[in-house]
Amino acid sequence: MKPDTFRNLIRNPLFWPCVTLTLLCAVNFYFNRGFFDIEIKDGHLYGSVIDILNRAAPLMLIAMGMTLVIATRGIDISVGATVAIAGAVAAAMIGGSLVIKDGVQTYVSNVPMPLAIAGALGVALLCGLWNGLLVAGAGMQPIVATLILMVAGRGIAQLITEGQIVTVYYEPFFFFGNGFLFGIPFSLYIVAVVLIILLLLIHRTALGLFIEAVGVNPVASRFSGIQARTLVFSVYAFCAVTAGIAALIITSNVKSADANNAGLLMELDAILAVALGGTSLAGGRFHMIGTLIGALIIQTLTYAIYSLGVPPEINMVVKALVVFGVCVIQSPALREILAKHAFRTREVA
Amino acid sequence: MSTEPILVMKDICKSFPGVVALKNAQLRLFPGEVHAVMGQNGAGKSTLIKALTGVDLPDSGEIRLQGKPIQPTSVNEAQKIGISTVYQEVNLCPNLSVAENIFIGRFPMRGFAIDWKAIERESKAALAALNIHIDVNQTLSMYPVAIQQMVAIARALSTEAQVLILDEPTSSLDEGEVERLFDALRQLKAKGMAILFVTHFLDQVYAISDRITVLRNGEFIGEYAASALPRIDLINAMVGREVNEAVSATNGASATDITNAKPFVSTQGLASRGGMRPLDLDVYQGQVLGLGGLLGSGRTETARMLFGIDATDAGTVKVEGKTVKINSPYKAVRQGLAFCPEDRKTEGIVADLSIRENIILALQARRGVFRFLSKRTQTAIADEYIKQLGIRTPDAEKPIGQLSGGNQQKALLARWLATDPKMLILDEPTRGIDIAAKLEIMELVKAQCRKGLAILFISSEMSEVLRVSDRIAVLRDRQKIGEIAGQDADEQRIFQMIAGAEA
Repeated sequence: MKPDTFRNLIRNPLFWPCVTLTLLCAVNFYFNRGFFDIEIKDGHLYGSVIDILNRAAPLMLIAMGMTLVIATRGIDISVGATVAIAGAVAAAMIGGSLVIKDGVQTYVSNVPMPLAIAGALGVALLCGLWNGLLVAGAGMQPIVATLILMVAGRGIAQLITEGQIVTVYYEPFFFFGNGFLFGIPFSLYIVAVVLIILLLLIHRTALGLFIEAVGVNPVASRFSGIQARTLVFSVYAFCAVTAGIAALIITSNVKSADANNAGLLMELDAILAVALGGTSLAGGRFHMIGTLIGALIIQTLTYAIYSLGVPPEINMVVKALVVFGVCVIQSPALREILAKHAFRTREVA
Repeated sequence: MSTEPILVMKDICKSFPGVVALKNAQLRLFPGEVHAVMGQNGAGKSTLIKALTGVDLPDSGEIRLQGKPIQPTSVNEAQKIGISTVYQEVNLCPNLSVAENIFIGRFPMRGFAIDWKAIERESKAALAALNIHIDVNQTLSMYPVAIQQMVAIARALSTEAQVLILDEPTSSLDEGEVERLFDALRQLKAKGMAILFVTHFLDQVYAISDRITVLRNGEFIGEYAASALPRIDLINAMVGREVNEAVSATNGASATDITNAKPFVSTQGLASRGGMRPLDLDVYQGQVLGLGGLLGSGRTETARMLFGIDATDAGTVKVEGKTVKINSPYKAVRQGLAFCPEDRKTEGIVADLSIRENIILALQARRGVFRFLSKRTQTAIADEYIKQLGIRTPDAEKPIGQLSGGNQQKALLARWLATDPKMLILDEPTRGIDIAAKLEIMELVKAQCRKGLAILFISSEMSEVLRVSDRIAVLRDRQKIGEIAGQDADEQRIFQMIAGAEA
């Protein structure tokens, strides 16, 4: 490989996230030779890789929304709470029971499922509008503004579920988290659709440019005629909607809504995914695909920890160590040192 | 009044890489006197203060306090020997109480505990000395800026100061607040304190100072008794006598006849609270309207008001005869206005984005999110302006932050020209730019004007304003005091207007 091509490859923002993911997969493969095996059962694809992808879907969705928020110099730490609220709304509206009618078993939901889905996403959107209002309207610092909903959100979710874990008995709803379409988990189609819409918005409209401009220099952007406030407002709204979609998948997957645990600490995983994907938390340039890889890194790591049989009581420590290592490798400071060192040795040689 | 100066600075020299900031500067402060240091931007006022307060050590020269040579190496050290400073921006902690602010960093102790009672008692006394009677346990941010300014002074004073330095203390105060501050200063003066006062407001200089030292280009020009120095002489001393000779020969970029024309933008009584006083201004297409005035006269405020950045609370703006409400840059851009701000780095460029993205930013903002310019169109526009304005860069994809100041400014001009504006507001477009690029930019401005663009031109260099402007609106103390046709104007006349010889 020519040195120039190699240098450009290393400079590519997706290089290090890809290397990390590949390494994690290699570790998994070393301990579990069947890691990459995919088999077809009843027309469905099964295997570790499919499982990781399927389980990473909610995180991927939220991390995509988080990427836009972070690109505008913001942060949204209320997405986990939004998941709990939207999940509670979905579960409460669908509920459902098995009814035997004229000797035929049918599943009946409390309200029609499309209405319930619209309700859950609508409530998520409201959460986002609230965050947007505090950040863009009242000018609060993003971490403080979203902290409010983060703290209050689970309480609101408890109110909706009346303190209980609401179980869903309506079978068609389970398709979101457990269903397969053409052999592939349905949740991945949702991720793909959101991703395609986002990529179109970013690359075929001025949205990407405006978000980056506002993230780099909000004052100069406003002085250029960009409606920076409206933009920031919309970005928080969108982020909450991605959390709402994730809530549907999670609720469907576990067939219930648990106000205390649904989406717990997901905001941190989402921020981590964005950071691992190469987007700076200082705002500006962002990398949507990098974020997706970041989310997959987190899920693959979790998978590795479980499959290697790391004792559950220390698995958080292992996870933290790996994340620490990845972050250090990706830090500009270390890379500069490495680059200098590499340069020097080359000169000597 | 004592005749012995309490503080003497003699032959102070200081140079920074590439610039001589102070060359043999002199300063004498007398007890019981307010001493104003005057000079234009870059005259060396702040360097002199920094030398005195230990922020930047002078390269050579002597400072004597009460006859003893001193050489403070830090603000704390200067404060300990009796030299206290209140800086331009109030640097207090708005979330702490007034008393805490006054004693921060030197809380009186009582054993292992802070002696809060002493703090309360002494801060009350310190403020009372300035004739301020407020609840010192309230949070500082509850009080208006003038009071906060007083708190800063009280803090400086409660360390037994002999010399008090005030660096532009009035820039964010309104008239009543200024009066209050001056009352406090007069009291301190009566107690025998030596006060060094830096401001850009001429009226204030004459209202409070006893003695004036003028600096120009780092050099000491003279020390005068305030009562014996007419305004026009002060301005001449600040600007340099050579203004008389440097009469601009070339002005009138276009000399469009405006006797029958309608102004593109016209304001009636436009004002903002704490900012501009009511302003009538007409800007015509094909003409350059220059804003003349010293720093702090309201040049930038006028521009920001017109472009919808600062809120106005009185008056109207008409664009092509129609009354419009411009309360955001977004709306201003839609009316065909464009604005190159004074602070290129923080308000102009989007440093991490490419030159291409920076150039098309305003055009894209005007088109909206969905009418997206394809990358090919963007590149075409950017390349076109890079060629037309002579922006020196290998290609349009380089981050704009890596360009030189002059090229950044050209790229910002390109950003606005790409929107095909009807009026362009240029606030200090040549600041911090080398002389060649300066001339190029001035030529560009004139060329655009000949094409029919209305231009509002702001510069702190009066010769520059004279060179390009068809008409000059003269500002003083945030008020327009007159207008003068370009061909009749020379620096002398404008400075006379500012000094109040005619208005």
